[in-house]
Amino acid sequence: MSAVPGQSTLMDVTMQGQRLARRRARIIRERMIELVLFLAALVSVFTTVGIVYILVKESVVFFREVPIVNFLTDTQWTPLFDDAHFGIMVLLSGTLTSSAVALLIAIPLGTIIAIYLSEFAPFRLREVAKPFLEMLGGVPTIVYGYFALLFVTPLLQRIYPELPGFNLLSAGIVMGIMIIPYVSSISEDAMRAVPMSLREGSYAVGATRFQTATRVVVPAAFSGIASAYILGISRAVGETMILAVAAGMQPNLTFNPLEPAATITAFIVQVALGDLPHGSVGYQTIFAAGLTLMLFTLACNIAGHMLRKTFREAY
Amino acid sequence: MVALMIGVLTFVALFVDMALDGVGRLSWDFFTNYPSRRPGQAGILSAWVGSTLVMLTTAFFAVPLGVAAGVYLEEYAAKNWITDVIEINITNLAGVPSIVYGLLALGLFVYQFGLGQSILAAGLTLALLILPVVIVATREAIRSIPQVIREGSYALGATQWQTVRYHILPYSSAGILTGIIIGMARAIGETAPIITIGALTFIAFLPPAPVQSEPPFISFEWLMSPFTVMPIQMFNWTSRPEAAFHANAAAAGLVLVIMTLAMNGLAIWLRYRLRRNLKW
Repeated sequence: MSAVPGQSTLMDVTMQGQRLARRRARIIRERMIELVLFLAALVSVFTTVGIVYILVKESVVFFREVPIVNFLTDTQWTPLFDDAHFGIMVLLSGTLTSSAVALLIAIPLGTIIAIYLSEFAPFRLREVAKPFLEMLGGVPTIVYGYFALLFVTPLLQRIYPELPGFNLLSAGIVMGIMIIPYVSSISEDAMRAVPMSLREGSYAVGATRFQTATRVVVPAAFSGIASAYILGISRAVGETMILAVAAGMQPNLTFNPLEPAATITAFIVQVALGDLPHGSVGYQTIFAAGLTLMLFTLACNIAGHMLRKTFREAY
Repeated sequence: MVALMIGVLTFVALFVDMALDGVGRLSWDFFTNYPSRRPGQAGILSAWVGSTLVMLTTAFFAVPLGVAAGVYLEEYAAKNWITDVIEINITNLAGVPSIVYGLLALGLFVYQFGLGQSILAAGLTLALLILPVVIVATREAIRSIPQVIREGSYALGATQWQTVRYHILPYSSAGILTGIIIGMARAIGETAPIITIGALTFIAFLPPAPVQSEPPFISFEWLMSPFTVMPIQMFNWTSRPEAAFHANAAAAGLVLVIMTLAMNGLAIWLRYRLRRNLKW
C-alpha cells in the first residue's frame, strides 16, 4: 500500500492501526456473542439447580417438623387436620396403583402397535399412523381427565355397578391410553433401527414373518423398547390432571384400583387450589411430596439409561 | 393390526363423545362471556385471553433462549465436561414431571422473586418447561445442515457469528419453527404447573389492556395481572357436580383439542414439506 515498496509512511502505520483495531473489535464481538449463547445454554443447568434448591430447601424445613421415619412409615396422610399425620406411603400407593393399571394397558398395546407398524404395516399406513400417534401425544391431559371422569367411569359402572364415581381404575385406563403413543413411537424407532440383514438371516433359515418379529427383531431392539417402557413409567408417575380429576383427592392407603385415592400429584394440586399461607407446614408438605416424586422419576430415568447401556446391541 | 384399530377406535370414541357433549355450547357468546355461576351463560372470554397472553410471554422467553442454547451446543460448544453437564441436564429436564416445574415456580418466581400469581410467573414457568423441546428441535435442524455450507462461508472470510447469522439460522428456520410450534402446543394444554403457582379458577375480568390512549401508550401492567387459562377453566367445570357445567367443560375441551391438534398438525406438515424440499 505504501508509495515506495519497503518504506512505511505515517499514513500506512495509522491504517494498519485501524485495521488492527477493527480486527480486535471483531474478535471481541465474536467472543461476546459466544458468551451470550453460552449463558442461554446454562439456563437449563440453572433450572435444574433451581428445582433441586427449592425442593430441598422447603423439604428441610418440613423434615424439621416431621421426622423422616414418620414420613416413610406412617399409614395416614392428614396434613391439613389438627391431628396431622404425614405418611407418604398413602399417596405413593395411589400413584403406584394407577401407574400399574396404566402400564398394563400401555405396554402390551403400545408394543403390539410398534411391532405391527415396524414389521407388518404397508409403507403408506406407517406414513399416516406415525404423525397421527404424534398428534395424540399433544392432546392436553386435562382433556383425558374429562374422558376418564365422564366417559370411562360411567362405562365401567355399567359393567360393575358398585364402582365409585372417583376411582383409580378409570384414571389408570385413560392414563394408559394416553401413554400408548409414547411407548409405541419409541419402540418402533428402536425396531426400525435393527438392520435388515438380521431379518434376512431369519427368513433364510425358514422363519415366518411373525417369528422373525418376535424372536429376532424384538430381542435385538430390547434396549430401546425397555427405555420406552421406562419413559412410560415416569410419565405415569408424574401425570397429574387425569388423576386429580378422575381418581378423587381422598388420601387412601390402598392397592385396589376400584377405590378412590389421591396420588402425590393430585395432592399437590389439591393444596395449590386451596389458600395455604406461605411458610406453613401444609405449604411445605407439597415440596416434600414433590421431592419424593422427583426422586422417583429420576430413579426411573437413571434405570433407563443403565438398561440402555447394559443391553445395547451394537451393529 | 387389531391393536392399532383398538387404539384408534378408542380415541375416535372419546373425541366423538366429547364433541357431541360440547358442540351444543359452542356459540359466539361462549367466546365472549365471562365464567358464570349459571352454566348457560358461562363463557371462556377470560380463559382464552389469559391463554393468549401467557403464550406470548412464554414464546418471548423460550424462543430466544432455546434457539441460542441450541446454536451454542451445535456450533460453539467445545467437547468438555461443561458441555456434557449441559447435555445431560437437558435430557433430564425433558423427563421431569410438569408439576415439579410448578413447584419450582411457586417457590422461586411467586415468592422469592415476588412476582405473585401473575401472567409473567406463568409465562416464565411454561417457558422453562418447553425449553428442552425448543433446544432439541434447534439442534436437530442445525445438525442436518452439511459441513460444506460452513466451510464455504468461512472461506469467504465470514466470522463464526456471520456464518450462524446468515447461513445456519436461515437454513434451519423451518425445523426450528416446527419445534417451537410443538412446544407451544404443549404449553397451551399444560394445567398442573399453572394450578400450582395458584392461578385463580374464577376470573370475571380481563387483564389491563396492553395499548392505552394516553402516553406512554404501551403498558406492561398485564404481566402482573391475575389470570386464568383454558385448561384451568376446563378443570374447574369438569370438577363441578352439575351436568350442565360438564357440557361447558366439553365445549372448552373441544376448543382446546382443536387448537392443539391444529398446531401439531401444522408442525408435522411443515416437517413433511421440509423433508421433501431438502436437497443439499
